[in-house]
Amino acid sequence: MNLQVEQVDKDLVHNLKIAGEIDIYTAPKLKEHLAKLDKSEGMEVELDLSEVNYMDSTGLGIFVGFYKEVKANNGKLIIKGLNQRLYRLFEITGLSEIMDIEQSEGGEDHDSI
Amino acid sequence: MTAFDYIEIKVPAKPQYVGVARLAISGLASRVGFTYEEIEDLKIAASEAVTNAVQHAYSDDKVGEVILGCALYEDRLEIVVTDHGQSFDFEETKKKVGPYQEWNEDSPLREGGLGLYLMEALMDEVKVDHGEGVIVFMTKYLGGERGEDHVKPTVFS
Repeated sequence: MNLQVEQVDKDLVHNLKIAGEIDIYTAPKLKEHLAKLDKSEGMEVELDLSEVNYMDSTGLGIFVGFYKEVKANNGKLIIKGLNQRLYRLFEITGLSEIMDIEQSEGGEDHDSI
Repeated sequence: MTAFDYIEIKVPAKPQYVGVARLAISGLASRVGFTYEEIEDLKIAASEAVTNAVQHAYSDDKVGEVILGCALYEDRLEIVVTDHGQSFDFEETKKKVGPYQEWNEDSPLREGGLGLYLMEALMDEVKVDHGEGVIVFMTKYLGGERGEDHVKPTVFS
């Protein structure tokens, strides 16, 4: 029941690697990290979720909120490294149609606790 | 009435226990015989219900308890999630809940629209009752959608 967020910025692109579980307990930590990013015009953010082994609507809600914020700054948000399970959540909710999301190569599922 | 094993899990309505409830559901689902994928679905659906209860408890500014009543049948898992912390009669509670379309406008669950949507998508049946607190009742059948006649596979099929 933990969450790690590591920021590895490359050039002007904010690159965040998120690992662990995203639920109501870890949500505040994730929100805090996303809020810390400076919201500049045309900001570019990449979120790597390849190490996320659990996520529910709490996570989807955070990403939708963040997506709106980035869009308001004419920026770009890419959510990448989604395993099949995570991708499916974006798909069922129709968010995959709106947001820029990428499945992880191989599509292998991570063992979940 | 079909025989079932009944297990009740009670956790404080606090965010840090949602994951604990999720793990318990995962164990029970595995006992029923669900596949890995189905267990993941159950974990998310149960988490959504418990998360709602936790949020509800927080907005009311009193930390209560969430009870997950789980009935393990041969062909399905039924889960009732209540946020009023009182033990309940599983069968009686089941009778009380209605289809989700009957949710009223003031439902606290409406705020978590995405969560509800996921519960609906990941479970075979979801019902909600608003009486004292909120009660969510959900069912998942083994082998995907419930069949028309519950055709039992034989050794030869």
